[in-house]
Amino acid sequence: MMPSMEEEELAERSSEPVLIQRILAGERDLFHDLIRPYEHGAFLLAYSILRNHDDAEETVQQSMAKIFSHLVQLTERDKFKQWAMRVIENEAKMYRRKRRQHLYESLDQSSIEASDDKPFYPKQFADWRDLPSDAVEQKEVREAVAKALAELPDIYREVFALRDMQHLDVAETAEVLGIGESAVKTRLHRARLMLRESLTPMFAKPKVSVWERWKGSNPWLAAKR
Amino acid sequence: MVSCKTIVAHLSEYLDGDATVEMRQKIERHLRGCRRCSAVYDSTRKMLVITGDERVFEVPTGFSERLHGFLDKMLSNSEEQ
Repeated sequence: MMPSMEEEELAERSSEPVLIQRILAGERDLFHDLIRPYEHGAFLLAYSILRNHDDAEETVQQSMAKIFSHLVQLTERDKFKQWAMRVIENEAKMYRRKRRQHLYESLDQSSIEASDDKPFYPKQFADWRDLPSDAVEQKEVREAVAKALAELPDIYREVFALRDMQHLDVAETAEVLGIGESAVKTRLHRARLMLRESLTPMFAKPKVSVWERWKGSNPWLAAKR
Repeated sequence: MVSCKTIVAHLSEYLDGDATVEMRQKIERHLRGCRRCSAVYDSTRKMLVITGDERVFEVPTGFSERLHGFLDKMLSNSEEQ
């Protein structure tokens, strides 16, 4: 049956709930369209928990299968993103637990959790240079960010990935991670300060030598100084 | 004058626009007079611009194709059932 004009208008206004409705009504192929906007974020979230490309990819695939088979249970269809991210987060954590059982008991999370309350104070105070808008297209910039992220303790990286990389709001992040909003804020703040700290050497303004400064300025003014 | 520690502690709040009017004014006054804190503020802002750009994090080559291939299989299997 062709959709009526009204239905088309509705699709314009709230395409996600409509897509879900249509998928559940039998247009299964639309599932591709439903998840397409989130696949990048899904991988990022899984990777931020598992820190391994293959594991993250497998987790995303399994999570998407789960999301499809449980779609009918989603009651608040305008909250698909949070719900889907929550599924991915749970799957990734389950995967991590399984992997750890096979390998070794990894870092005791409690020692990291304990540092949650201790304030973090910056040590790097160099000014950052102005970065062009296409800075992220440089390989070394992406690698530096990936390395800095990998060095963050898990609890901070997850929050940062959701809030500052996928732009979920505080309430949505709290919902996905199953933690309180104040924990989101505390961890996010810590994550930002730690990332800034470890990225500062990469992005700091180069120190200009006396010679360079002299060369670059008006020699007469330089002489007066 | 508020201490640098207080400014740093409220920096995220300020960046997110969640600081109270009073705190915002304190922070702005402090930033004008404190080179270190204004460097921390400015670099955090720049860091957020970089990390907030979707292109900063690359998915592996072929990830999307493999995902949709997997979904195709899954969708046709579930149709058969």
